[in-house]
Amino acid sequence: MSNKINNSMSLAKPDALDISTKQKVALAIGFIGLFIMALALLNTNFPNEGLFLTLSLGMISLGVIIYSREAYLTKLEGIKNDGVWFKSISSHGAWGYVLGVVLTTFYIVLYFFPQYLGLGKDGAENTGLVHLFDPLSKLLSGRPASQWFVYGTLYTIAILAFGYKFILKYRHNRYQQIRTGSVMFFQLGFAFLIPEFMYVMNNDLPYYDLKSVWPLNYYIFDEWSVNGFLSNGNIGLALIVFGILSTFIITPILTYKYGKRWYCSWVCGCGGLAETAGDSFRQLSSKKMSAWKLERWLIHTVLVFSVVMTVAMVYTYLGYDKNDFWLTRGLFISLVIGFLTLVFAGVMFFKSKELGKDAKYGAIGFFSVIALLLIMHFTGTTEHVFFIKGSALRSAYGLYIGSIFSGVIGTGFYPILGNRSWCRFGCPMAAILGFQQRLFSKFRITTNGGQCISCGNCSNSCEMGIDVRHYAQKGENIVRSSCVGCGICSAVCPRGVLKLENDSMDGRINPTEILLGNDVDLMDLVNKK
Amino acid sequence: MEEHIVIIGNGISGVTAARHIRKLSDKRITIVSAETEYFFSRTALMYIYMGHMKFEHTQPYENWFWEKNRIELKKGYVNNIDTTAKTLHFAEGDALNYDKLIIATGSKPNKFGWPGQDLEGVMGMYHKQDLENLEKHAPNNDVCKRAVIVGGGLIGIELAEMLNSRNIPVTFLVREDSFWNGVLPSGESQMINRHIKNHHIDLRLATNLKEIKADENGKVKSIIIEETGEEIECNVVGLTAGVTPNINFLKDSTIEVGRGVKVNPYLETNIKDIYAIGDCAEQHEGINGRRSIEAVWYTGRMMGETLAQTICGNKIQYNPGHWFNSAKFLDIEYQTYGWVYSERSCPDYEKHFHWKHEDDTKCITVAYHKTTKAFLGINTFGIRMRHETFDTWLTEKRDVDYVINHLPEANFDPEFYSHYEADILSTYNKQLQIA
Ligand SMILES: Cc1cc2nc3c(=O)[nH]c(=O)nc-3n(C[C@H](O)[C@H](O)[C@H](O)COP(=O)(O)OP(=O)(O)OC[C@H]3O[C@@H](n4cnc5c(N)ncnc54)[C@H](O)[C@@H]3O)c2cc1C
Ligand code: SF4
Ligand code: SF4
Repeated sequence: MSNKINNSMSLAKPDALDISTKQKVALAIGFIGLFIMALALLNTNFPNEGLFLTLSLGMISLGVIIYSREAYLTKLEGIKNDGVWFKSISSHGAWGYVLGVVLTTFYIVLYFFPQYLGLGKDGAENTGLVHLFDPLSKLLSGRPASQWFVYGTLYTIAILAFGYKFILKYRHNRYQQIRTGSVMFFQLGFAFLIPEFMYVMNNDLPYYDLKSVWPLNYYIFDEWSVNGFLSNGNIGLALIVFGILSTFIITPILTYKYGKRWYCSWVCGCGGLAETAGDSFRQLSSKKMSAWKLERWLIHTVLVFSVVMTVAMVYTYLGYDKNDFWLTRGLFISLVIGFLTLVFAGVMFFKSKELGKDAKYGAIGFFSVIALLLIMHFTGTTEHVFFIKGSALRSAYGLYIGSIFSGVIGTGFYPILGNRSWCRFGCPMAAILGFQQRLFSKFRITTNGGQCISCGNCSNSCEMGIDVRHYAQKGENIVRSSCVGCGICSAVCPRGVLKLENDSMDGRINPTEILLGNDVDLMDLVNKK
Repeated sequence: MEEHIVIIGNGISGVTAARHIRKLSDKRITIVSAETEYFFSRTALMYIYMGHMKFEHTQPYENWFWEKNRIELKKGYVNNIDTTAKTLHFAEGDALNYDKLIIATGSKPNKFGWPGQDLEGVMGMYHKQDLENLEKHAPNNDVCKRAVIVGGGLIGIELAEMLNSRNIPVTFLVREDSFWNGVLPSGESQMINRHIKNHHIDLRLATNLKEIKADENGKVKSIIIEETGEEIECNVVGLTAGVTPNINFLKDSTIEVGRGVKVNPYLETNIKDIYAIGDCAEQHEGINGRRSIEAVWYTGRMMGETLAQTICGNKIQYNPGHWFNSAKFLDIEYQTYGWVYSERSCPDYEKHFHWKHEDDTKCITVAYHKTTKAFLGINTFGIRMRHETFDTWLTEKRDVDYVINHLPEANFDPEFYSHYEADILSTYNKQLQIA
């Protein structure tokens, strides 16, 4: 008795299901688009870059569009997961690993060897792939492209094209369509176009993607960034005030009302890519209890790291001019510690029961942050914290978390760890939002009485690796800090068991022993104690 | 030493009983099964063949769960039970003693003595082995040029959907003149007929199987239709004309059996310390107007929950609450709360209000009492509704006016979905004026 699956090398469908001719043509068009980029990478001199860039991006998008229309519009509306675990690319097969290696290599080159992409050093002309993107960059902001512009453009194209595919796939599901429209809008507008236009208006302003909130946007409080904002008059000041407000006021309010989904699966760019281009890999996230344990340790460690790192950064540059700024180092540290203590005390006072065993870990986290901050304050000299340079701490964070974790592993490993491994294991923003979602939010996934048949479709397609079935089959609501509210569990459930909703905080978490539909007296008896 | 509870069958009923006994006590627990090592969800078999999930994803508990909860698992087929020596004898030759025994052996597919029903390529769709058999005979549409499904029930339509997912042409023989209309009122049943045809499934209503023919190798070659004598060539025949309790191995024991293992409301058999739950149990009389054998997931689970109490010293009767169930017909989800009967079995006091959306994929039927107007039950297709709300309304004995007017409270569709309650209400009010 085995359930062995023979992975075919076919890119698209299992042995049983061939792709149509039209889809083959679509794939060909898309690959020609990619091939143009490959040629550019090899320093081919195109007579007219603008034309070839348009051609390349256009063909890639067109390929995806034709392919998806053929895949979904030729069938009746409904769940389209046939063969997901047969396709080599989406079931840890050979193509999955090939794609993983290609993506990972791309990220390594992008972050660490941009010269291979053709980035001109020290003002030199761009060559290669980056040069291919010069016309678009010049059109938008008048400056030549950088490797980040290339990346941003491809990223945006991916979200738009695969977003379109996703909307067709879920064309019976308005929640999915609207949500996807939202991530497409925020990527195109806020992450891609607006920063370019801001540059045109005022080219001293640091790059600022308005929707990217600290601590995800870990560089916003860097010295160069803050100075950049502050030296730019009212607009700069307004931006940095907005940055602070979005972390401390806007985010908590929206998370209270809607759960962390308002950000993670409606606005965020990392989430946007995961939900669109990464959709085919969502089933690959591990549902094991051990993965959940690892997740909780990792993500909170990153959170501690990012808080300490940010405070250390601000701390070092606050010291420079002693008396002409009201915010001194001592005051700053006291404010931070005061704020953290307030949050900690509030949680312990009102919510320690809900936290249960986790309260202990919360306390460990809190006290280690406080301890680190105090050590920093009392060992710090002008630019050293913990005896190392503050800037070294910052670059370590940027390297290990900002680049390697979020980019190389987070996206490069889509076909191996699933599409949300960064969001799940590494994102400090997700940790904060999740913490609030678990304790102070109206959001939950309601389980529909006793209707669950334990089939496992929900758990299988949860990109955050939540074992949704574990709760649903007990009639329990799902209130998990990691849930990004993508709604796919609800969509794929064949029995209509799950509903994402915002409702009152009372009765949100409802552990039951005996399920609805049973003997009423037995239910009372067992659930009472 | 702690009492040894042995459970035959690692399906939902046996496993639920084991889990709850463990919660309530320290008794030694052993689960026996011939089918698989670990509990899996039978309801998810179809998704494995369709490639939505792998087999391991259908297992609700990770493999370490059993040891951690001190539930011993034994793989083996019970040949017979010695009720005096309290011993199970296995086909593999070994034996196992018990203090208390729970029979939870589930069902097996019906076979009605059709000629050729045991040929290669003929299969039911119940056990994991059936799935493996299907994978062998119908891996794709080269090997399987056409499949014929016999029996239009919930498993039949799932099998049709499975084969459809691999582009294998399907002929679907249904004895009734409309799909599942022994259970569904005609408006719904006919909507599903059309939906099946939209999926390019060759649905043959009011059609019976006469015989299955073999090729020279003893494999399925074709089937003959009773009514017309038409021969349909095919490589696979799926027999999905219902299930019966899987209790053949009890025939020679002292345990009383009818169609299933006979039990009283405490789920006790005629032999002390032997109980039966789930699909294989047969009540002497149906409880609360239910059928005497209930072969659904939920009732197996409820019986397991109930029996665990009895075994752990809190003796209680199996006394299920309001009926509910659900299924999915290709792309259309179906839920039911309370009782809605089809025209064929409708009591004469029962009246229906039926509403159907113009897109032909959504409809509801509300059943109510002709004279008292009491709300009896609802079938809903393509619109998700809240179990808890209907459970409460049934308990509070609401009338049909109340239910239709408060339908928005019961809506369970995802956010941003269109709502149809206003349309339903106005249709209802119009019908009242005509009536
Ligand atoms: C394809 C399919 C889809 C379904 N979908 C739904 C649905 O959507 N909703 C719903 O409510 N119900 C559904 N059902 C019905 C539901 O699955 C059953 O009611 C339920 O699984 C019965 O559980 P059980 O524990 O009584 O028995 P089973 O799950 O049948 O478990 C019994 C086990 O005992 C083993 N066994 C039997 N005899 C012996 C022996 N002598 N020795 C050792 N082991 C033995 C069997 O091999 C089996 O593993 C579906 C059934 C099928 C087949
Ligand atoms: S639990 Fe559901 S909504 Fe939440 S992340 Fe998982 S699949 Fe998405
Ligand atoms: S998909 Fe639905 S029925 Fe299946 S396990 Fe999840 S909640 Fe239960």
